[in-house]
Amino acid sequence: MSRFQIIRHGLLVRGRARHFSSVSLADIDHFRTVLPPHAILTTLPTVATAPVAPAELDQYNRDWMGKYTGKATTVLKPRTTHEVSKIVKWCNEREIAVVPQGGNTGLVGGSVPLHDELILSLASMNNVRSFDPVSGILIADAGCILQSLTDYVAPYNHIMPIDLGAKGSCHIGGNVATNAGGLRLLRYGSLHGSVLGLEVVLPDGTVLDQLTSLRKDNTGYDLKQLFIGAEGTLGVITGVSLLTPPAPQASNNVILALPHFDNVQPLYRKVKRALSEILSAFEFIDRAAYDLAVKHGQGRALNPEDVEGAECFVLVETSGGRREHDEEKLTDLLAELLGAEKPLINTGVLSQSPAQFSSLWALREGVTEAVSKEGKAYKYDISIPLAHFKTVVDSTRKHLGVKGLLGDHAVKHVVGYGHVGDGNLHLNIVAAAYTDEIQDALEPFVYELVSSYRGSISAEHGIGAMKTHALHYSKDEVSIALMRKIKAIFDPRGIMNPGKVLE
Amino acid sequence: MRPTASRLLNILVPVKRAVDYAVKIRVNPQQTGIDLNVKHSMNPFDEIAVEEAVRLRERLKDGVKSIKAVTIGPPKAAETLRTALAMGADGAVHVELPDSAPAPEPLGVAKALRALIDRESAGAGKVDLVIMGKQAIDDDAGQTGQMLAGLLGWGQATFASKVEVDVAKREAVVMREIDGGSEEIRCRLPLVVTTDLRLNEPRYASLPNIMKAKKKPIEKLTAADLGVDFTPRLETLKVTEPPVRVGGGKVGSVDELVAKLKEAGFTAV
Repeated sequence: MSRFQIIRHGLLVRGRARHFSSVSLADIDHFRTVLPPHAILTTLPTVATAPVAPAELDQYNRDWMGKYTGKATTVLKPRTTHEVSKIVKWCNEREIAVVPQGGNTGLVGGSVPLHDELILSLASMNNVRSFDPVSGILIADAGCILQSLTDYVAPYNHIMPIDLGAKGSCHIGGNVATNAGGLRLLRYGSLHGSVLGLEVVLPDGTVLDQLTSLRKDNTGYDLKQLFIGAEGTLGVITGVSLLTPPAPQASNNVILALPHFDNVQPLYRKVKRALSEILSAFEFIDRAAYDLAVKHGQGRALNPEDVEGAECFVLVETSGGRREHDEEKLTDLLAELLGAEKPLINTGVLSQSPAQFSSLWALREGVTEAVSKEGKAYKYDISIPLAHFKTVVDSTRKHLGVKGLLGDHAVKHVVGYGHVGDGNLHLNIVAAAYTDEIQDALEPFVYELVSSYRGSISAEHGIGAMKTHALHYSKDEVSIALMRKIKAIFDPRGIMNPGKVLE
Repeated sequence: MRPTASRLLNILVPVKRAVDYAVKIRVNPQQTGIDLNVKHSMNPFDEIAVEEAVRLRERLKDGVKSIKAVTIGPPKAAETLRTALAMGADGAVHVELPDSAPAPEPLGVAKALRALIDRESAGAGKVDLVIMGKQAIDDDAGQTGQMLAGLLGWGQATFASKVEVDVAKREAVVMREIDGGSEEIRCRLPLVVTTDLRLNEPRYASLPNIMKAKKKPIEKLTAADLGVDFTPRLETLKVTEPPVRVGGGKVGSVDELVAKLKEAGFTAV
């Protein structure tokens, strides 16, 4: 038994202080009055249709990393807000716990059941409701895949304000529910700013229609903000109104190889000043993360002589309205960096074509995938002051070394990468297998370390099931008590995604 | 023993600025061509050619005297030369065409390259080896290398997947991609080699080299300087998009499938 299951067992005891009902045959019969047969997947032996094999529900029960596995018997795939409302209302009356699920690409086990909750998949709600090319306001069903929305607005010369590695699978509703960050946050801000309105089905089945498309609306409490980042614990997001920015006319990127981590901070200041409004990403990859990405074929590696002596890398992206202007700025900056008396960088690579542009990005974006190919990953997504990025990675590695856990038998790599511009470090511990020993060595060690810098234990991944017990490292008692009160107002029976965010 | 000076290789690499392969091609409303107001980069096969020239120098060291890149195109085509210089070419020639000029055709290009090679031989040094892409991804003509070899009366090794040059013997052994396998041929220099995809994987140009390349001079010539005429001999009648692919659908049950088939006019026999 891994430590995770033990922790979750602990949750089970606490979470089940109130007993939820399991989905019964009578419930399935009711759902059949709401949904067509193919929108109901159940392993229960129903009379009307053949039950599906439990393996067919694996993709809904198991999270992307294969770390959490639920035991849901039933997955419902409604196509309309009305259907969602009817389902949720029934579940509330019957006290059946509900896990709303989008693309199931979360990294903290927030989108899968802990026990046998009902899974409410939004995958069939995937229509764009409207797009206004003048204001750039997009209104879409929650189940729209991020990439398909990007493709939808592209001909109108707009882009989505959010971009992340999982764009090919993740849903916009899930992005909003988890307040996903990603690669464009530096430029376009968080979803708390880009989301203009939401349509939410509350736990009693009431539809909260705040799907407005107003940039300005100061009329009392801004309720929609509560659902952004609530991870489905307050209601089911069914529709999203988003402000999409105009597409930049020219993009460029460059990877810089740095001899010391200490140079990242002065480099960031220089880059910000020199590129100002065209700077759209400033990403950090340490040497270990870079080596892993290359090992697993994520993007074409830099030339060996360019990598030599580099302790870490920085990827800078520019997006602007005029190519010549952007290139001139970037060239001036690079000339200054290379010509400096004490250069902050060893060397670098400036993309010469769209293919190279994608290849350089793949080195950064591919780290996540490379890590999961290399072994079992313990992922910590933390906000800390930039100056301490390296200290945190190094002290974690040292701590694991002291415990005798470094090596092929246990922890293979400790890598750091992330969004410098947002003060967000991804600390990944790649192990041969998930074990109690490693888990005990890491927690609460990492959380205490983060807490000592007044950082956040979850910068953009959320709390999910993984970090509920650690919430107190980032939120004080007063805050947690208020969160509980809010939860009780929206969801008095506690059916919405139980065991997530709050214990 | 050091080879004598006259035996050192001069390599010429013709490169073309083309619409980048990652760009989605859109036909213009008049249906006379495609939207060219998009990102361009060096034709990928030419990039392989530059890389091969640079690798030859890395292998043969002093055996290679010069690598010169040449492009024929509008003012912006100079960017492609900068990329070639950043990758390791040491000289560049730009046969500049006005922005309004139509795209030159393979025969015109081959004649211009011959004229340039004659001009080089009279001045900077005899060209021993031309390495160029087997085709450009914009017009996909795939003719220029062969035409050039014909005009010069040189040997040609097309669709190369491996190139080895023996400077002292003045010969090259080239592996060619052919139907169902490969073919190894031995050729005497001077020679025209056209590159295939598997020949190599081009390097990233490093920052210091990009900065240096910006300062290197580019020799500018006109069609008149070379005594060639780029007037097209072909007329493009119409450019159209291929028919849009109709996506499939997913059915929930056998009944639904049968209903759809009936709808589409299929009946049981």
